[in-house]
Amino acid sequence: MSFKPEEIDALLPLPPATFHILLALADEDRHGYAIMQDIAGRTDGELQMSAGTLYRSIQRMLEQGLIVEPRRRPAPAEDDERRRYYRITPFGSAVAMAEARRLAQMLKLARARGIVPERT
Amino acid sequence: MRLYRALLYLYPASFRAEYGEQMCDVFAKQLIHASSPIAKIVLWLSTFFETVFNATQVHWDILRQDLAYTARGLVREPGFAIATILVAALGIGANTAVFSITDRVLIRPLPFPDSDRIVKLWESTPESGRQNVVSAPNYRDWRRMSSSFESMGAYTGERMTLRGHGDPRQLAGVGVSSEVFTTLSAKPLLGRAFNSDDERAGAPPVMIVSHALWQRDFGGKPDAIGTDIRFVDGVYTLVGVMPADFYFPNRDTEYWKPLPHGTAMDSSRDNNILYVIAKLKKSASIRQARNELSFIADQIEAAYPKENEGTDVSVVPLRDLVDAPSRTLLIALFAAALCVLSIACTNLASLTLIRGIARRKELAVRSALGAGRERLVRQLVTESLLLAILGGIAGVMVAVSSLPLLARFVPESLPISDAMTLDLRVLAFAAIATGVMGLGFGVLPALRSSSPALIQVRAKSGIRRERLRAALLVAQVTGSVVLLISAGLLIRALWSIRTIDPGFRAENVFAVNTPLPGSRYDDRSRRMDFYARVLPQVRALPGVTGAAFISYLPMVTGGGIQIVNGMETQRASMRFVTPGLFSTMGIPIRMGRDISESDNPDAAPVAVVSQSFVRQYLSGLDPIGQEFDFADAKRRIVGVVGEVRVRGLERESEPQVYLPHSQMPLRGRMGYSPRELVVRASIPPDTLMASIRNIIRDVDPELPLSLRTFEDIVAEQTGTRMAHIGILAAFAALSLLLAGLGVHGLLSFAVSQRIPEIGVRIALGASTRRILAMVVRDGVRLASIGCFLGLIFGYAAGRSMESVLAGIQPADIPTFFAAVLLVFLTTVTGSFLPAVRAIRVNPVSTIRNQG
Repeated sequence: MSFKPEEIDALLPLPPATFHILLALADEDRHGYAIMQDIAGRTDGELQMSAGTLYRSIQRMLEQGLIVEPRRRPAPAEDDERRRYYRITPFGSAVAMAEARRLAQMLKLARARGIVPERT
Repeated sequence: MRLYRALLYLYPASFRAEYGEQMCDVFAKQLIHASSPIAKIVLWLSTFFETVFNATQVHWDILRQDLAYTARGLVREPGFAIATILVAALGIGANTAVFSITDRVLIRPLPFPDSDRIVKLWESTPESGRQNVVSAPNYRDWRRMSSSFESMGAYTGERMTLRGHGDPRQLAGVGVSSEVFTTLSAKPLLGRAFNSDDERAGAPPVMIVSHALWQRDFGGKPDAIGTDIRFVDGVYTLVGVMPADFYFPNRDTEYWKPLPHGTAMDSSRDNNILYVIAKLKKSASIRQARNELSFIADQIEAAYPKENEGTDVSVVPLRDLVDAPSRTLLIALFAAALCVLSIACTNLASLTLIRGIARRKELAVRSALGAGRERLVRQLVTESLLLAILGGIAGVMVAVSSLPLLARFVPESLPISDAMTLDLRVLAFAAIATGVMGLGFGVLPALRSSSPALIQVRAKSGIRRERLRAALLVAQVTGSVVLLISAGLLIRALWSIRTIDPGFRAENVFAVNTPLPGSRYDDRSRRMDFYARVLPQVRALPGVTGAAFISYLPMVTGGGIQIVNGMETQRASMRFVTPGLFSTMGIPIRMGRDISESDNPDAAPVAVVSQSFVRQYLSGLDPIGQEFDFADAKRRIVGVVGEVRVRGLERESEPQVYLPHSQMPLRGRMGYSPRELVVRASIPPDTLMASIRNIIRDVDPELPLSLRTFEDIVAEQTGTRMAHIGILAAFAALSLLLAGLGVHGLLSFAVSQRIPEIGVRIALGASTRRILAMVVRDGVRLASIGCFLGLIFGYAAGRSMESVLAGIQPADIPTFFAAVLLVFLTTVTGSFLPAVRAIRVNPVSTIRNQG
């Protein structure tokens, strides 16, 4: 599926919270709290997203079409009535990829200037 | 958890409904994970700030969306947007402008520290309700004996002629006691204020000047302090310059000098010459001060019964110097402006309602797409607020452009500038008016338009179902009728004042003020010489048909009051004149003769009196040859002339007495010496002025001359009134227009809703006339209710303005009739177009569409 580059560019650069949420949804559908945990886990607890920031971002991302609320919910055993799950859309993936590319480009520029991050 | 739920109320309802539960869920988990009390506190704190921040962001997001949505909608319908902004601008602009003047004149504290404690003191006679300036000994006693005041000061107005700065020029100034500055807490911008040394007998003459004078005549240079200012009457050393915003006691005051020692120490309790101001102690109330001064006045009366019989003291806050008519008219204007605002508001409300109904489909779609009612209302209110704010900005511009016109409403008697500025207070008022407007015309229609019943069901319409809109229309009609009646009553009052005969013929007459200085003209013979040299030359000028001198111009100076036959109850105004005054001013001689050259200093004192003098003081006796005691002499009446409205068109005047200038005392009474040269000419004054100037300059080169026409003097009597009426009439016209538009809008909408019904009626054979009548009847019925209410409120408004109506009854039938007729015509005109649309309905196509 291809999207108009200007539609994607209009959203870049992504707010960090948005990018993190997209990353968290990249491999599977998650509910809000799971997204927060995933982000905290991947950043070694450095990024503790607040509920307000999370749901404000989610609301905006739903409007922008980056994510959807899937109609099909996970298997009943894992499901919790109150929870709402979110899924990344193809457009969301494209935007996340574009953002990653943009960041890589920035990194390359930084390296060219001799500003090299230490490998961890 | 309850606390967290409460916190969530910071978010918009739609957001809360969508995510509130989940957020609570997440927060509960976070709370469990936070093990230590410190971690819990940190979590709570961070959550609090996070919520405030994010809620603001969410609100902002919605606002941005709504604004974008609104902007798109308005661009699609620019007519609606422009109409709304214009109406809002007029409503807000009118209110802002009127508020700025009302605030300045009636509300805002005067520009002196603790101005609420500054009062003016008068000698008063409770019997007659008269207030008078104060005699010097009484003032000294008040100061000595009273304890309610922090300070008390006296001043007296005067004029002096400045020389050495171009043409000689007359300046208005005051002699003040040093306590006047203390009382006002006024400090000079440069130099020093007066002290008690300056008030000693024989102290070197010093002067403080206004900022404007300093700028104009001293180039605003600081080293002007210590230099000399030359007046025709003497030389003064400049010791101080007051700040630019210091005005006391009037706007035109240009200098202050110490109260002359002789004036301050004057010993006559009959000679009322001083204005007195005082500052109350913090602990004293006005009532206490009044009681104390009354008590003192009683003691003074007991000690000097002859001069102080029935004399009391009145204590008036400096703020209350605005005279009652000015106050009434300003309040009327403000009420009218509020009326316009509410009419504009109701007008926009009904416009928005109608638009809301037209937008039902759109709202229904949005509702179906999941927008809650709260979001719809919010969107609609955002829209009306945006329009109101745009209108508010335009309104402030309207107000700014009208500020110069409003300067004339600042009464002379207030010690404040008449330069109107738009400040924060006024802007705050405009903001409030805008908010009221936006919410006023936004919320109600929004609630209605978004109500689920209306969205889902295509409501059966017809005017009966549109009660809210009908009520709004009635309100508009009512407001218009009230404004029309108010404006109409004031116009009728103006007419009736304009028809009042001033007692002289103002056309082609003008006056040249020749301020003969007391230092050189105190001697009567000097003045007689001056008149004898000036008058024949002026009379000889081509185009001049008459010229004479008089002490004071009528209406410009209302006073000059003296007692007749030594009786306090018999008062008359006194003017000294040269022969030929009556024919020059066009005052008819009813009996006897004019003052003549033969009434010289050696002849017996004579007088010419007005008709009311004969009626009131001579009880109808044949006046010619009668004698009366007046101004220190027994005077014989040689002539009777017509009545002159000395005190102005709207006020009763004392009877008038005219005395020959040649029979003035040899010295003294300089204040009464004739200094106004009155000229009747068949050519415009301006063309004569140069010749007159040359003639007078030849005789005395140091007189500053100023000219005013009698027509201007008479017009000034009604000038402020004219301006008030202009504004009120504009308001009335505006509201009438809005009401007309309102009727048009309402009926157009009603007709469009009833097209099927009308189609059926036509198909069933209803005549054009019946359809026409059906539509117009709706409008007329609403207008009738509005007119009825308007008449009631209009009468109430008239009653409250009675004091400025110059005798016109508040229930003036012609005014009421005209107002109602105008509104009816407007209503009928407004319903005409919709009615025409109704009779053009094609029955076939409408019925087909129905099917």
